[in-house]
Amino acid sequence: MILEALIGFTFLAALLVLLVPNEWAGRLAFALSAVPFVGSLYLWSRFDAAGNALTGGTIAFESRYEWVEVGGRTVSWFVGLDGISLPLVVLTTFLVPLAILSAWTPVDSRQSQFYGLMLFMEANLLGVFTALDFFLWFVFWEAVLVPMYFLIGIWGGPRRKYAAIKFFVYTNAASLLMFIGFMSLTFALGDSIGSLALPEITRALADGGLETWFGISPDRMAMVAFLAMFAGFAVKVPIVPVHTWLPDAHVEAPTPVSVLLAGVLLKMGTYALLRFNFTMLPEQASALAVPIAAIAVISVIYGAMLALAQKDLKRIVAYSSVSSMGYVILGLVVFTEYGVGGATFQMVAHGLISGLMFMAVGVVYNATHTRMVGDMAGMADRMPLTVGILVAGAFGYMGLPLMAGFAGEFFIFVGAFGAPSLPYAPVFTALAMFGIVIVAGYLLSAMQKTLFGPFRLETDYEVGPAPFHDVAPLAVLLAAIIVLGVAPDIFFEMIRDAAMPVVEGVSVDV
Amino acid sequence: MSNVTAAWTALSPALLLGLTGLALLVVDTIRPNERSNTSMAVVSALGALASLSVTVWFVIAGRGHVDAGGAITLLEGAVKVDTLALFFTAIFASVTALVVVAAHDYFHDHANPAAFYSLTLFAATGMALLAVANSLAVVFVALEMVSLPSYALVAFLKKNRGSVEAGLKYFLVGALSSAVFLFGISLVYAATGSLVFGEVASAVESLDALAGVAGIGIVMIVGGVAFKTASVPFHFWAPEAYEGAPAPVSAFLSSASKAAGFVVAFRVFTEAFPLGASVAAGIDWALAFAVVAAVTMTLGNFAAAVQEEVKRMLAYSSIGHAGYALIGLAALSTGSAGNEAVMGAAMAHLLVYGFMNTGAFLFVAMAERWGIGRTFEDYAGLARRAPVACTAMAVFMFSLAGLPPFAGFFSKYFLFMGAIENGFLWLAGLGAVNSVVSLYYYSRVVRAMFLDDPATPSALDAIDVRPTALYAAVVFAAVATVLLLPGFGPVIEAAEAAAAALF
Repeated sequence: MILEALIGFTFLAALLVLLVPNEWAGRLAFALSAVPFVGSLYLWSRFDAAGNALTGGTIAFESRYEWVEVGGRTVSWFVGLDGISLPLVVLTTFLVPLAILSAWTPVDSRQSQFYGLMLFMEANLLGVFTALDFFLWFVFWEAVLVPMYFLIGIWGGPRRKYAAIKFFVYTNAASLLMFIGFMSLTFALGDSIGSLALPEITRALADGGLETWFGISPDRMAMVAFLAMFAGFAVKVPIVPVHTWLPDAHVEAPTPVSVLLAGVLLKMGTYALLRFNFTMLPEQASALAVPIAAIAVISVIYGAMLALAQKDLKRIVAYSSVSSMGYVILGLVVFTEYGVGGATFQMVAHGLISGLMFMAVGVVYNATHTRMVGDMAGMADRMPLTVGILVAGAFGYMGLPLMAGFAGEFFIFVGAFGAPSLPYAPVFTALAMFGIVIVAGYLLSAMQKTLFGPFRLETDYEVGPAPFHDVAPLAVLLAAIIVLGVAPDIFFEMIRDAAMPVVEGVSVDV
Repeated sequence: MSNVTAAWTALSPALLLGLTGLALLVVDTIRPNERSNTSMAVVSALGALASLSVTVWFVIAGRGHVDAGGAITLLEGAVKVDTLALFFTAIFASVTALVVVAAHDYFHDHANPAAFYSLTLFAATGMALLAVANSLAVVFVALEMVSLPSYALVAFLKKNRGSVEAGLKYFLVGALSSAVFLFGISLVYAATGSLVFGEVASAVESLDALAGVAGIGIVMIVGGVAFKTASVPFHFWAPEAYEGAPAPVSAFLSSASKAAGFVVAFRVFTEAFPLGASVAAGIDWALAFAVVAAVTMTLGNFAAAVQEEVKRMLAYSSIGHAGYALIGLAALSTGSAGNEAVMGAAMAHLLVYGFMNTGAFLFVAMAERWGIGRTFEDYAGLARRAPVACTAMAVFMFSLAGLPPFAGFFSKYFLFMGAIENGFLWLAGLGAVNSVVSLYYYSRVVRAMFLDDPATPSALDAIDVRPTALYAAVVFAAVATVLLLPGFGPVIEAAEAAAAALF
């Protein structure tokens, strides 16, 4: 019941915030969003799952009620957590209050709608990470898009309409492709499944339950479904070459929305890849390991190169997300304990670090009203605390040891280097590692130009330190990044526990 | 209570609607020159809600269900109350209730609103009768009982040229299709010697030389159904009529009247012309419906995509949705176990559609009441002045497009899955493609309301009234559209139970 309470409370909070006057909305939304965070900490403290939820492990906080039946298959309200989903739930509930806090300064119109939509999105995100029934999961998955569309389209920058519609079209088309892929798979499973519960489908696939359907042989069906789902999720992640919606969406989105977009929404894609493609169809994943690893490495390098070419601070951070997500894909495809575990850990780490970067850039923007690298210099003089945290966050991005980014990338590289199932694994790993050098290159160069040196910015007002409620979330995020970097085991232990069954599912065949 | 009386109580949903219509005439006689139409709206809404409550009670109690003694027949088999009839009556009564509540504000300054309310209730009575009709004669009479008030309703704004023109077009096409329908009935009678569905069905099994006559008759009946459901090739009245009619009437026609066409189609073609026997006689009406469904959904959606006026777009989208619902007949195959699933899904889609489409047209009614323009551009920035109503409209648009968080996704999902299970992958695929197209034009409305800026800063100043009843109807329809998602289980169960009795 606790997961229902968590999701239900967040929905009600969203409704309540929608109804209050604009002046109160920000404070109320922040107070209400603290409750799910406390709730997720409680979940963490009582967490008792073992293994992977999809491969027959013990599911924590499992709860299941039959909903409807279609074509002989029951659709249920089926939620639960395992070591892969709990960290993402904690990440979501942790980032949302901070994002809401960071919205107090920049969002100055229709506040109650803004905060209501933020909470509405949080509720659906929690649903995505807890749902264990395909149908339920898909409802939440799609429901995330609607508030995001409005958040970008109403409160965004000058090209907000273009960005919002591009986001909506890209992700919806991708969802449709993925949906068709997955549904053909369930049809081809025939009578071997009696519901759309993900664990049951995973088991049926592992037992070879696929039949010939409309003249499509089981092997071909599995491969087609894998490709359709991979393509669908790749848009969400995003992976080169379907990443082009991301910079537009990020640049136009207001800061707090960017924080959630980079921090949580991108993880929906990698989470779904892990759950669906890599857990359910591991054979196809290993058969395609080389091309997937190749596009992962291309995402890392090409994303970093694109970031290098940008002048807009937010665009730099946005493209660097493409690069970081490439590491996650590489970690997933190598199918080793540290690869898959590290990829999941990197989802959380990148959520925190990119959240911090977007937030810090946003705070600087609040003061300067520009994000162009050439327009400002020496910001460290005027807002030392903010700039200090921004620099620390950038080092986190570059993988400074004792910060979360280092742990995530290190795990991935360790897991990838000696991966038995991926040919030329050391080559791919080495190439991906080179991406870190480029990250350091563009971040250091951008910071040097904007933050250090003599102060220069053409304004008709005095630029001073940011208000407390802008800096506080930055400090909290930085603290979390360091804690996770120093003691990665607080999450990695449970992640590894849930990732092992995925890895073992493949190593049997190798 | 004797058996006969008990059987007559089964008709009480239809009787309640009819009595309410009569009561409205009485109210009008007592207070003929009353300017406020509140009493009318209250009486009609109460009547529709009473009918709805009784219907829902009957469905829950299993009246007419196989488990509770089977269908209740009256008048020597000419009338039959079963779950199918009750299910559709629930749609008619819900839509009627929404429409009469909304009309209170829409016709606030109309000289004689009584006519609107009584005509609406009489049309609703006709629909409820259509749902229970078990003989082609009753079908025809009930169909006329729906059609005649509808013509008058479309032309209700008699000083508005668009309204009158729409009424005339609707009447001409309607009269023609009634004639075709009636001629079809007479041919079927000539071939089978009966008008009662069950007897027609047994005669169809041994048609021999008369198969050709019956075949032409069935094709003509398909034509009549196509008119009522606004399907190709008798769809062209729909955009004109829906656009010209007062928006609450458009809501009523495009939701309830369309569903009435479907209840006829579902019952006549499964009970009077069973697919197996018809195919054996060389009359494959499922194939005909498959073609009609494919063309209707494609034409409706692509035509909707190029419209500039919201109401006209909704009119074409309503044609598109008729195409989806026709899958319920098109994707049937003889003896398949999946038949009840696909027809049940089509019925559930019509129920969901009853709320989301009525809501959308009522939102247009609200826009007309506010006096803002009719095009997408005129809706720009509306969300700033009327956030609640625009949120409701966004719910309708996304639900009509079939986006997951809303009930429209569920019903379409069941429909397409049912079609695939029955082997009609191409039809489901075409439906999915059409849904994608529809997202484009539905999202244009949302984009205009929420994302675009008003053409001029003062463009929305005209919105100075808060039509409470219209708001209530729109918000209620939106809440229903959302709540039908978690509550879809009972709906689809009732629909499948209703469909199961037909095969």
